[in-house]
Amino acid sequence: MSTIRFTKDHEWIRVEDGRGTVGITDYAQSQLGDVVYVELPEVGATLAQGDEAAVVESVKAASEIYAPVSGQVVERNEALEAEPGTVNESPMDEGWFFVLSLADPGELDGLMDADAYARYVKDLD
Amino acid sequence: MAVDALKTTPLHDLHVALGARMVPFAGYSMPVHYPDGIIAEHRHCRARAGLFDVSHMGQAFLAARDGGDPAAALERLCPGAIATLRPGRMRYTLLLNDAGGILDDLMVTRSAAENGRLFLVVNAAVKEADFALMADRLADATVLERLDDRALLALQGPRAEAVLATMLPEVRELAFMRAREATWQGVPLAVSRSGYTGEDGFEISLPAEAAETFARALLDHPDVAPIGLGARDSLRLEAGLCLYGHDIDATTTPVEADLVWAIAKSRRERADFPGADRILKQLAEGPARRRVGIRPEDRTIAREGTVIRDPAGDRVIGRVTSGGFGPSVDGPVAMGYVETAAAQAGTPLGLEVRGRLRPARVAALPFVPHRYVRKG
Repeated sequence: MSTIRFTKDHEWIRVEDGRGTVGITDYAQSQLGDVVYVELPEVGATLAQGDEAAVVESVKAASEIYAPVSGQVVERNEALEAEPGTVNESPMDEGWFFVLSLADPGELDGLMDADAYARYVKDLD
Repeated sequence: MAVDALKTTPLHDLHVALGARMVPFAGYSMPVHYPDGIIAEHRHCRARAGLFDVSHMGQAFLAARDGGDPAAALERLCPGAIATLRPGRMRYTLLLNDAGGILDDLMVTRSAAENGRLFLVVNAAVKEADFALMADRLADATVLERLDDRALLALQGPRAEAVLATMLPEVRELAFMRAREATWQGVPLAVSRSGYTGEDGFEISLPAEAAETFARALLDHPDVAPIGLGARDSLRLEAGLCLYGHDIDATTTPVEADLVWAIAKSRRERADFPGADRILKQLAEGPARRRVGIRPEDRTIAREGTVIRDPAGDRVIGRVTSGGFGPSVDGPVAMGYVETAAAQAGTPLGLEVRGRLRPARVAALPFVPHRYVRKG
């Protein structure tokens, strides 16, 4: 049974068994425009919550992706190197960026659930 | 910037109706892209025909005050052979300052119908300064008539001629850098075969009140899609074309900017343009830096402002002035200035992006070959 949480910077993290898959939301990809390049963290990298974890280059600009929670990078989505547009096409699924082994699952409590995030995005526009 | 402080072009409502994302640009609310996005628009233009609203640019007539030649006066500010520009022909030229720096780049067309009158198109960001300069320095011999009630559209791509010919059949006879007047449904307009994408294409100047009808008629063609400023930038970058205020500005001379061809040979010999001393010296001795194309060797995008170093990273040797993703070459592309010793195509460079040095090489421009239609 997995839990999904969202950050104010439009990252999502889907957690199951102490591992969290991280990506950006549909709102984020639509704001960015066509993604042309993704710079992913190295496997083994240790990230604190809020650390810069990845960079997304769109046609317009580069945007930082931050670690939603603390942990160690255990997997990265190599497929994005050849197909960065996957982030636009499938931001919540195939367009995942990396997987973290969570250092402190308690940090999830400070993030928004799906309903809270939906309200947050609604207020932005 | 408050939205109601922005100016709008005659096609503003059409852009919004087409689902454009509007952004402020040069004091105007302009479409950066439409729902399909920048990459799709870019590819569409190179494959078929893209319609651009460039009405934010400055249009004006420059006429002689007492039946002389306005071109002779304009040559006080430009290094081109404007005086010899024949009716129906157009030329790319530069406004220079006394240090030989570039104040703007512009297109000058000699009208066929009017008596020697010149039609000017200048960049939106500096049009007020350009027109003020001309009014100040050329007023004794010329009258400047701003055309703020006109729209300017560009139709660019391999299908542009076929599409536009269904509305203006005479464009089939128009060669690259030629212009003529025409009429469409009673609307007088001026059309030139020119553009800013490297593709074949046309620019149409017409009364503001007819612009939406004309644009919609073009958009009715299945080959035509609206293109925003985002793709306009990636198209011109791939074509190796300069963007004023970025690749060229008051601190760059035409020699440094690799625009020597815009200085007419006769003008070089007479040395009768602003900054001639410095420019001729650079021509004789070589400039200290040169504008070049740059290809990152990985997928890293190097944007404007990126510091350029030698491959070992020891010295700063230049700066990127334009950079982004080139959909037609499926990779990052850039332009910038490097010290002349590093300006040969193939020279390895190091680009400082997010604290790391990325490998790149100087590349010949354009990244995508031009497809201008020059007729014999």
